[in-house]
Formats: sequence, C-alpha cells, structure tokens
Amino acid sequence: MSRIYELMAAELSDKVRSQEVSAEEHLHSILERIDRVDEKIHAYVTIAREEAIARAREIDKKARRGEKLGLLAGVVVAVKDNICTKGIRTTCSSRMLENFVPPYDATVIERLKTSDAIIIGKTNMDEFAMGSTTETSYFGATRNPWNLDKVPGGSSGGSAAAVIAEEATAALGSDTGGSIRCPASYCSDVGLKPTYGLVSRYGLISYANSLEQIGPITRTVRDCALLLSVISGHDSRDSTSVKIPREDYLKYLISDVKGLRIGLPREFFGEGVEEDAKEPVLEAVGKLEEFGASCCEISIPAMKYALPAYYIIAMSEASSNLARYDGLRYGYRDENDEGNFDEVFSRNRRIGFGAEVRRRIILGTYALSAGYFEQYYLKALKIRTLIRRDFERAFKDVDIIIGPTMPLLPFNIGERIDDPLKLYMCDILTVPANLTGYPALSVPSGFRKSLPVGMQIIGKPFDEGTLLRVAYTFEQNTGYHKYRPPL
Amino acid sequence: MKGMEGDVKIGLEVHVQMTSLKTKLFCGCSSDYRGKEPNTLVCPVCLGLPGSLPVLNKKAVEYAVMAALALNCEISDRMLFFRKNYFYPDLPKNFQITQYDRAGGVPLARNGYLYLDFEGRRRKIRISRIHLEEDPGRLVHLGSIDRSPYTLVDYNRSGVALLEIVTKPDIRSPREARIFLQKLRSILEHLGIFDGGLEGAMRCDANISIAGGTRVEVKNISSFKEVERALSFEITRQRGLLEKGIMVKRETRHWDEARRVTVSLRTKETEQDYRYFPELDLVPVELKEEFIEKVKAEMPELPDKRVERFISQYGLPRYDASVLVSSKALADFFEEAVRLYNKPKEISNWMMSDLLRYLYENNLELHESKITPAKLVEMIKLIDEGVISGKIAKRILPKIIVTGKSPSEIVREEGMVKISDLEFLENLITRIFAENPKAVNDALINEKAAHYLVGQLMKATEGKADPVLSSQLIMKRLEKLRRERGIK
Ligand SMILES: [Zn+2]
Repeated sequence: MSRIYELMAAELSDKVRSQEVSAEEHLHSILERIDRVDEKIHAYVTIAREEAIARAREIDKKARRGEKLGLLAGVVVAVKDNICTKGIRTTCSSRMLENFVPPYDATVIERLKTSDAIIIGKTNMDEFAMGSTTETSYFGATRNPWNLDKVPGGSSGGSAAAVIAEEATAALGSDTGGSIRCPASYCSDVGLKPTYGLVSRYGLISYANSLEQIGPITRTVRDCALLLSVISGHDSRDSTSVKIPREDYLKYLISDVKGLRIGLPREFFGEGVEEDAKEPVLEAVGKLEEFGASCCEISIPAMKYALPAYYIIAMSEASSNLARYDGLRYGYRDENDEGNFDEVFSRNRRIGFGAEVRRRIILGTYALSAGYFEQYYLKALKIRTLIRRDFERAFKDVDIIIGPTMPLLPFNIGERIDDPLKLYMCDILTVPANLTGYPALSVPSGFRKSLPVGMQIIGKPFDEGTLLRVAYTFEQNTGYHKYRPPL
Repeated sequence: MKGMEGDVKIGLEVHVQMTSLKTKLFCGCSSDYRGKEPNTLVCPVCLGLPGSLPVLNKKAVEYAVMAALALNCEISDRMLFFRKNYFYPDLPKNFQITQYDRAGGVPLARNGYLYLDFEGRRRKIRISRIHLEEDPGRLVHLGSIDRSPYTLVDYNRSGVALLEIVTKPDIRSPREARIFLQKLRSILEHLGIFDGGLEGAMRCDANISIAGGTRVEVKNISSFKEVERALSFEITRQRGLLEKGIMVKRETRHWDEARRVTVSLRTKETEQDYRYFPELDLVPVELKEEFIEKVKAEMPELPDKRVERFISQYGLPRYDASVLVSSKALADFFEEAVRLYNKPKEISNWMMSDLLRYLYENNLELHESKITPAKLVEMIKLIDEGVISGKIAKRILPKIIVTGKSPSEIVREEGMVKISDLEFLENLITRIFAENPKAVNDALINEKAAHYLVGQLMKATEGKADPVLSSQLIMKRLEKLRRERGIK
C-alpha cells in the first residue's frame, strides 16, 4: 500500500469525495502506521479500530451512492482523551477514569462525525491535562517523535505526537494554559487555542473551566482552518459558547501580510527565555517584515504576575471540578469499601489520582479556603483583569502579538518532572492567552539542535482569521510544515 | 423575660421546589420525579458526568422573579451562580450550584417582607434573601439512617429547581412559623409556581434562640405541619436546659419526624467551609427592567388582594375570608362552589365550620379529601329544598369527604330523608306526650319548655323529623290541650 497516511486533511477529503482514495484504504494505511510507530511514541491510550473501520465503510458507501460528503470526509482524527466519545472510553489518562465509557459525545465529536470524519482513537495526555510534558499520564509518558528521549510537550502531547508522526491526519487537543500550543511547538505542528467561547466545551472534561478551549492540532495551517470551521460555532449546551455566526475559516488562507502591525512584547523575549527559543521566532518575524508587515516592541507589564495568577485560578477551579470523582457513580473504586462516605471517597481519590493531580487539588482547595480566598483567589482574579487590560491596550496599536510559544527547547523525559516549579515555568508564555481568553496559535518556525521551535501568534478576540492568514503566509513562504521526524 | 413567649427568635430557611416547572434547573430532564423508577429521570448534566455543563432554565428565572416580587423584594439587576463545595453522595458533582451573597456573589433578590395577620395583630416578617439553586438527589436507607447496612441514591430529584427563601429572625412562636409557611405556600400557589400538596415540595430549616441561650439550627423539617411540632419541641428542650442552668450548645439538630424529637447532628463550633466561588460554566444573568416589568404585569391575583375581594364581593367577614385564602385550593373551592350556587355565606359557613374542622382533626389536606364544590353545593341545596335538615347535613358531610359519594346517594342509602309524614309524626307526638307528662305540664305554662318535647321527638327519629314541621305540630297539640284544660 502506498504512503497515503501522509495526506493532509484537505487533500484527503477531496480524494475521498471524488472516490480517488477510499476512506477505508486510507484508514488501513494509518492503522498500519500506528502499528509500526506507536510502540516507540506511545501517542495513543485507546485505538477504536472496529468503530473506525465501520465508519470508513459507511463513508465510502455514501460516496458510492453519490451522497454529499462533509468537509472532513474520511479524515482520520485523533482525539485527546479528555474529550467525551460515546462508547469509547475516555480516561483523562488517569487511573480514576481508566474504565469510564461516556454515554454521550462531546459537541465537537458530534460535529466531526457530521462532517464525515473518522475518530481513530484517544490520545495520551498529562493526567487531567495537568502538566506540560505528557509525563504524568497513568499510562506512561509519550515520547517526542523528533527525539525519543525528549518530551513531546503537553498536556496534549499524544495528539501532537500522533499528528506529526502521521498516526492521524489531524487531532483535537485542549488548551488550559498552553496544552495545545506547547506540544504543537515541541512536535512541529500547527496548534490553535481558539478564543474562549468560540468552540463548545460540552463534553470536554474540565480541568479549569474558565481558561480552557478545545482546538485543532494539524500539520498545516489549511488543515487547522478546516478543522476550526467544523468544530467552532454556538452550542446551546455550553452557556459560555458565544452566539456568533459560524465561519468558513478557509477564506482567510491568503498569503498576504502587507500593512500588518506586529507587536513583540519585551516580556516574551526577556529573562528566562532561551536564545534557541527566541532566534527562530525573530527570524520568522524578519520574514513577515519582508512580506510587508511592520513590527514594534510592546510591553505587557502584568506578565510578571501571570504565572502565579494562572496557577491559583487553575488549581482553584480544578479542586472543585475534580470533586465529582469519588468512585460512587463511576471511576476508580477501591475493593476496600469500609468506612463512612468520607473515608471511602478519600481512599478512592488517594489511589485513583496521581501525585500531580492531588497536589493541584490540595493547593486549589487551600486557595479557596476561608481566610485565604481574598489573599489568593480574588487577588489572582484582579491580576487576570490587569493582564486583560494590558493586552487590550497593546492591541490598540498592533494587529497581532508574536513571541516564542515555549521559553526553551524540548527537554529530556524525567528532567523536570520532580521539580514542579521548574515545570510550571514552561507555561510562562502560553498562559496569558488563557487568562485573557484571546486566541493564540503556534506554527512551526524552524529547528534548533534538531528540535522544533514554534512561533506563537496571539490575536484579538474572535480574530482567528488574522492568525490563520499570518501563519499561512509564513508557512507558504518557508515550508517548515514539510519536515517529518525520522521514524 | 425568660420563659415568656416574647423571648423566642425564630428564623426560617425555606426550600421550595418550583413544581410547576416541567424540567430541571440546568438540564432538560423531567422534574416530575415522584413515584418514578429510581435513576430514570437523569442525563449527563444532572448526574454530573465528566464533561457535562449546566444550562439555566429560563422559566425558572421568571418564576423566581415572580416569587421575589410577591415577597416585596429588591431584585438584583444581575445575578450570579456560585458553587457550594462539599462531599456528600446525594450531590453528584460534590458541589451544589447555588447563589451567594458574599465574595462578590449576587443572589436573585434581597430585603423583602411579608405581613401576617395573626391573633388580631399584623406582624411583619422580613425576608433577607431569595435565591435559586439545585436540589440534590435523595438518599434511601433501610430503616433509620444510623442503622441501615447500606445507602441507596436516587438522582431523579438531582437538579430540580429550588427557591431558597431566608427570613430574618422575626418569628416569635412555633404557631407563627406555621402561619408564615402557610401564607408563603398560598402566595406561591397563587403565583402558579408551586403545588404544596406534593410530598417534600416545601422543606425548611429553622434557627431558634431563646433570650439567654444560643442559636440552634434544626434541619429536616418536611412541611408546615411539622414546623410547629419541631419548634415547640426545641423550645421546650432549650427552656428545660436554661432552667437547670445548663448552657444551650450552638449546634445543628435533626428533626426526627417519627420520634418527634430533635437530635444532635454535629456540634457547630466552626462553620463548615463550603469554599464558595463563582460557577463559571454559567454566565451572569441580566435581569433587565423590561423583563421584570413584564413579569410584574403578568402576575396573577395574590392572597392579600383576594382576601379583600372576598370581603367586598361576597360579603364575608375578614376572618373567614383570610381563612379561606390561606390555601389556594380552599379559595378556589369556595369560588367554584359560589359559581355553582350563589349563596356565598352558606358555602363559607359550611366550609369554615364543618369541612375545615373535619380536615384539621383528621390531619388531611383538602386535596386528600374526596369532596368537590359540586358535592358541597348539592348538599346545601338539599337543605334549602327541605329534603334534609341541617343536622342530617352535618352527619353526611364527613361521609362525602371520605367516600366522595354524592349527598343524595348517601341520603337515599341511609334513609336520611327528613320525615314530614303527618300521621307518623302525630302518632309519635301522642306517645311522647304520654311518656312525659311533667314536661307537657311545664310546656303548657311556659312555651320555652316545649323545646324539650321537640328534642324528644328528634331523638326518637334520630334527627330525621322535619324540625320546623315537628315544632309546629307540638305547638298545635299544646294549644289544643290548653283549650281543653282551659289554660290561658
Ligand atoms: Zn438531567
């Protein structure tokens, strides 16, 4: 069989529609690819082989009958394991949900299915999305396809690794503090965190519900736009989903940045950001200037408080969001059922959750406790407001903000996992977009030491179109999206 | 003041299910959970499954605003939901979505009041706040909570819309607490948002303190019938302690309905920390003025207005009018009866005296009885047509209430038709006069003494003799005797 697993979503869906390629043969090519490389990478927690094959046959049947096929006809999508899939277990890479099979589909999954995509399986992640390396998974770490000793980034590490290793055509991730952009940067994918409210969170298992969004992880900007067109738009089941008309994001794929004003925040290129992480981004900005953009230095003074504010808010919300896992209705339930409710719940939670999850729940509980609430949670909310104001001010003078996605290159597995503070520092450049709710995209911008470096583009609320146009212009004129890891 | 009625302070926290809502507060599941197979009215949202999100029921907001307006509250222009975090098996998310008035929280409404007409005085009970929240599921035990070998959970009730109505400690006695709840119930029923006849639809917790004592919370009071009992018990208990010089502990107690005692749950030395913080899965709800005005314009007639109307339209005494309006069902019953037979005073009298007394003595609610306005009216018509006496009517009313049979049917079955057979009555009078010579002699001199003879006649006929006719016949017989004996 030919290497059709390499096809991009946009090409593939055209070929499936025209019956040049059958969804089933393409799916088999992907399944073979998974069988060949996933042992090394460990991107998947669950592969839904049977369901996927059945879906592929259905799609081919529709094509043969001449029925109109959806935007993602035959596109094989890997889904982060914190997005509910009806009938396919959804674990959050936690022992707690090891055997949890949702009775319903997340809204984004329904939309993928309606547009004739195929859900191939569920990808590995940091437990409950708490991490930046995909090392805290109960099922073991995912490895970076570019260098198997390195972390793939996280928490959507499985999705990002699967896409660049061509174990899926595209993937969905979720981004609470950088969980799409970080692994996209580390694996050389395009990863987009949409504006808060653009994509329905119904069916996304909450970590920090005021911060997170589901978004696409793909190999090209075109595929990113394609997936976003399918998953975005109002959903009455998510009260925070915004009522704006659905868009066809493909129309923004224009290679043109003339007159574009780029802001480069001092804080994104300052202390704590490695040269290797900065240089490719500055070179990329230089390219955009060649194509007619202008750039200036700006400042986000409140950035210095962003990380603590982010962690306090995320952990506080997590302490409440994760309270439901007590083993009573579903999830890990210890054989030892002795004791009163409190004792049983505590035992199930102590064993069902990993160390990082327990740490964040305890810290979050503390931050919300009487006597500390004002000092921590309310103060963090104030900082959140300050950061939002800084960004609002900055966007008066610029159209987009650019910086590195990550402050350092992919590091070794095990290198930072024992030092939470050092690990939390990795999120310094990605959390502002979550605190403000603004859209942000990471696009491959080159390599250092044979490891990928991503450029982060932050835009105004609901201005995903501009992000896609800038990323597309850069991608089309450089070609970093054509590189593949040596597997 | 120790030992006096006036030293008692009671505040109530009332939870009312908005039973007229078809669906739950945050999902589309039916909220009509009573008598349903356990865990059948559930979905990912009210089961708190991972990934599910709440969506606010708009009708619930409308109903809650109505209630707030009826209770004279200030309505917030914007309200927020908060999470109240605590672990308990009836709470599928281990937090309850509710509202909060601190930490930046804004409940639906604040600073209301309600007037009670009680023992000839008008009392103002202030309402500190009203908010919307979700009901937890139900725990089912085998026998009592402390001895059951297991706990079953039914989530059918989980997510049902509740109004929490909190009063200031303005209530002075258990009786007044009952009257307050009755009035609250009547108001909510008149608004059409609540059916108080449903089991567990109105529940309440109470704070009680006696001068010189400590505030004690009593939980698990299931109805306004129970509130009087629970509070009376608690006051007696606290007074007993104070008289012996024992300090009343600050604590939460549980009303055990079966044993009719309050039992200590946990010593409330420190408040449980619920870690209230905003529910960010729901967006703030704007309560725009036009919306509130629209709700106001569509508000149905409230009890206080209805009382005034009953006085002016039907000529009822104020007391009677307020008793009838104390329950919407009763007031509706009355008006329906009057529509069928335009004799408001007679209808009101029968309801006020015999019907209500029977219901009260047997601890029944109107809807639990089988009487209908048509049946009551039929009975009154039988009296007016001379078919039965008032006395017989008093005997058949309980039978209507219990069996639901029509009055004529009962009269026919039990041979209760009034006796107006002249020959029969004349013969009976001859016998009674013969058996009571002394009474006859008294009656010949003093007409008032004739009542005894009428009574004897009624006794002999088990009350079936036509009282007017009987009296006439006896008077005639006495007159005849006077003439015969030459008595003037
Ligand atoms: Zn439901």
